[in-house]
Amino acid sequence: MTVENILEIKNLKTYFSLDKDRVVKAVDGVSYVVPKGKTLGIVGESGSGKSITALSVLRLVDEPGEIVDGEILFKGEDLVKKKVSEMRKIRGNQISMIFQEPMTSLNPVHSVGKQIKETLHIHEDLIRQEANHKALDLLKLVGIPSPEKRLTQYPFELSGGMRQRVMIAIALACNPELLIADEPTTALDVTIQAQILELIKELQAELHMSVMLITHDLGVVAETCDFVAVMYAGKVVEYADVDTLFESPKHPYTVGLLNSLPRHDIKMEELTPIKGMVPSPFEMPEGCRFAPRCPFATALCQEKLPDLEKKENGQEVRCWIYTDEWDGEEVKVYEPNATT
Amino acid sequence: MFKFIVRRLLQLIPVLFGVTLLVFLMLHITPGNPAAILAGEGASQETIDNVANRLGLNEPLHMQYIYFVMDAIRLDFGTSWRTGMPVADEIGSRFWVTVELAVYSTILSVFIGIIAGVISAVRRYSFTDVGIMLLALFGLSMPNFWLGLMLMQWFAVQLMWVPASGWGSASQVILPVIALGTAGAAIIARMTRSSMLEVISQDYIRTARAKGTKERVVIYRHALRNALIPVVTVVGLQFGYLLGGAVLTETVFAINGLGRLVVDRIASRDFPVIQASVLIIATLFVFVNFLVDISYRLLNKRIDLD
Amino acid sequence: MNQTQLLKINGLKQYFPIRGGFFGRKVNDVKAVDDISFEINKGEAVSIVGESGCGKSTTGRAILRLDEPTEGTIEFNGVDLLSLKRKDMKKARKDLQIIFQDPYASLNPRLTVRQIIYESMDIQKHVKRQDREARMFELLELVGLQRHQADLFPHEFSGGQRQRVGIARALSVDPKLIVCDEAVSALDVSIQAQVLNLLKKLQKEMELTYLFISHDLGVVRHISDRIIVMYLGKIVEIGDNESIFENPKHPYTKALLSAIPVPNPKKKSERILLEGDVPSPIDPPQGCRFHTRCPFATDLCKEETPQLRTTDGMTENHQAACHYINEIDFEKVKARV
Repeated sequence: MTVENILEIKNLKTYFSLDKDRVVKAVDGVSYVVPKGKTLGIVGESGSGKSITALSVLRLVDEPGEIVDGEILFKGEDLVKKKVSEMRKIRGNQISMIFQEPMTSLNPVHSVGKQIKETLHIHEDLIRQEANHKALDLLKLVGIPSPEKRLTQYPFELSGGMRQRVMIAIALACNPELLIADEPTTALDVTIQAQILELIKELQAELHMSVMLITHDLGVVAETCDFVAVMYAGKVVEYADVDTLFESPKHPYTVGLLNSLPRHDIKMEELTPIKGMVPSPFEMPEGCRFAPRCPFATALCQEKLPDLEKKENGQEVRCWIYTDEWDGEEVKVYEPNATT
Repeated sequence: MFKFIVRRLLQLIPVLFGVTLLVFLMLHITPGNPAAILAGEGASQETIDNVANRLGLNEPLHMQYIYFVMDAIRLDFGTSWRTGMPVADEIGSRFWVTVELAVYSTILSVFIGIIAGVISAVRRYSFTDVGIMLLALFGLSMPNFWLGLMLMQWFAVQLMWVPASGWGSASQVILPVIALGTAGAAIIARMTRSSMLEVISQDYIRTARAKGTKERVVIYRHALRNALIPVVTVVGLQFGYLLGGAVLTETVFAINGLGRLVVDRIASRDFPVIQASVLIIATLFVFVNFLVDISYRLLNKRIDLD
Repeated sequence: MNQTQLLKINGLKQYFPIRGGFFGRKVNDVKAVDDISFEINKGEAVSIVGESGCGKSTTGRAILRLDEPTEGTIEFNGVDLLSLKRKDMKKARKDLQIIFQDPYASLNPRLTVRQIIYESMDIQKHVKRQDREARMFELLELVGLQRHQADLFPHEFSGGQRQRVGIARALSVDPKLIVCDEAVSALDVSIQAQVLNLLKKLQKEMELTYLFISHDLGVVRHISDRIIVMYLGKIVEIGDNESIFENPKHPYTKALLSAIPVPNPKKKSERILLEGDVPSPIDPPQGCRFHTRCPFATDLCKEETPQLRTTDGMTENHQAACHYINEIDFEKVKARV
């Protein structure tokens, strides 16, 4: 491939050992890449391990979570092997992160200005006036109205949308090469979500950042991402560029998600939900983890876990249907159930 | 902020009014005729009446109360029934001794309590944490007079490092302050620990770490600041407890403080001294909690400062 | 269809006092719902949509008298609920049920599903004791739960299953109207689709009437017959499903619809980006409440509150509260995304 990757995650495993016998394999052999200057969307439902993967990149997984295996190559260097002090130099500097809850992600007892300047002081050698200037510039950059006033305000004085802008300002303070956004708009109203997504897109183009956007919203993915990784029960089940994924999704889970989604832009007669529910982390199926819910599952699926295999257009899919070993009938996994 | 302080000060007025009323009524709801007590055993009815007249005990109750409040505002509490000295003189120096004792003990409890609580929280479930919490449990369960006696036994009597009694020099201050401050330190340690644990799991702590902040800075600048908010309230209540505890500590260490004075005079029903002491202690408590309210506001930016 | 009115809301206001000052005097009001009127017919599914703070949840709560409304009437089956005494209101609640967003918070964690459903039946003394068990199993089957799950506690269920328990409880008293307050918002898409299909099936089978309160326009389009769009305590547009989604008239409805990302990368949406945040409901803007964010606002909008009205090009039951319904050229402000 000619595209350079800013981040390559290889066979990452992040486990939570609750006690001797109970281990939650939240991230269990995840691999994907973030191409430089592009946006990768990570989609999946709760419990898919998408957020834990992102936190693993910054090595911010809380106890008892632990990266037990795999590599996280950032510009070719393995973050898993870095010392804590080296990681601290990367956090907030080369890789930044914004979170889902703007309401609780800012410290309530420090002013907005102080929280922005903190990042600047950690990573850059600035005198006070320079830091003040830069903080103000950042607030202007993220489009906050009357930025001078905001510097001395406290988070509780700002609306949810403005707080998320402040979070973005903090994240961008040191011109990161990679921005990880974990459900950045989930807690916001749609009109505010539209503002924030627009802002992230603009800034990405302006600052030549790569973005990793974690979301459960397929609409957000379609509009903002260049590539998509679909995760299910701790594994990537499909990876493709965004057009390919929405045009010809291959994994039955991806298809199930698309068919479950009630849409506002077209009239749909019927939703086709995925039956059953996500398996308990303590009782993961032996074979394909989606097999118990999959309408096409065969004996092979129940027994053996398929690999994530490359298809045409760089699409990758973890499903027996697309292999030579497939033991079932020929099936048509995806039929668009709506006309667009 | 200024408006807030003024408002809180104005709100103190009814509280202090209530305090004076209770203190005033104390004399009248306790059994026995005060004039008879003062006149001494076997005094004639005439003498008793004279005493009552001189003290104004024959005036209507509400007038007596008004005189009492007017005098109290001028810090004039009359003369002691036992010594005949002005009450203000009797209390004066002793009051400062007790305040010193309470303030030093508070400083000790806050200092030790917060440090121990933070260490415990940061090393949750570790040997250190368990150790600190066990110590805190002991500190909390031990009556301060007993702790005082034990400290005196070891450090004053056996090791002879410090004098066993009195007040003034640093060596005299140490033992009573430890005896009185230990329970407070234990309460504050436990409070700080649980408050810290709650704060550490908040989203903004993760944000701080994601910035590349050093762990020490995360704990002190980001977590502790927030964790202290509930602790501050406890400190205010603690101060009231210390004033009460001072009575026993002063007795154990033979310190000439307000507490000991009160205990002495209760035995001899020296009402002016008791009333004045209770009034002063209550007022002090009210003001300390007023200060707590203000610091609470300073710490907690979420409360609007109108 | 036989259109009999089930619920008629007239001039509903819900103000929440803000207290302050020395003696906790009332200093102002949060005007959460400010003079709204609408009707729901038997067998209909009506949705209220809008962003946080628009008053949609408050409206739902007012209908069940979970808060006491400040002003207005709520006629249910011809009886004004607000005039009922406590005891009579309790009886009326049999016909009015509510399902909340967080099923976990609304189910008593110490009761099993069986107990939860029995309790609800007993309060209304609606099912005979000897029939309770049979009815309960019937309900569980109806909502897609299994018999053996009757004796489990809420925490033993997943989010979607808990919402099914909530639905079973609501159905246990044979209600006429169910208010679904963000009932599927907390669920993952695949589970949300299951619950939505269930609600649709139940509506058909049991002739239920729904009032859906939701911020998710995809869900709303899928489930409702008619839609009410609220902004800052007022109704800005009301109409049937087709009218609202295919022919929205109010600039706010347009902006709201255009703000939702479409799961189709080929279809680049044309967006009307609204600036700023929703103003505070304590001092809502004069005139049209949307004028502070509306790209078309004029002086008239700042002064005069527009009334709901139907103009040319709108169907009979479609109303919008805007001074310039047919004069706006949306093309001018669209941003290609």
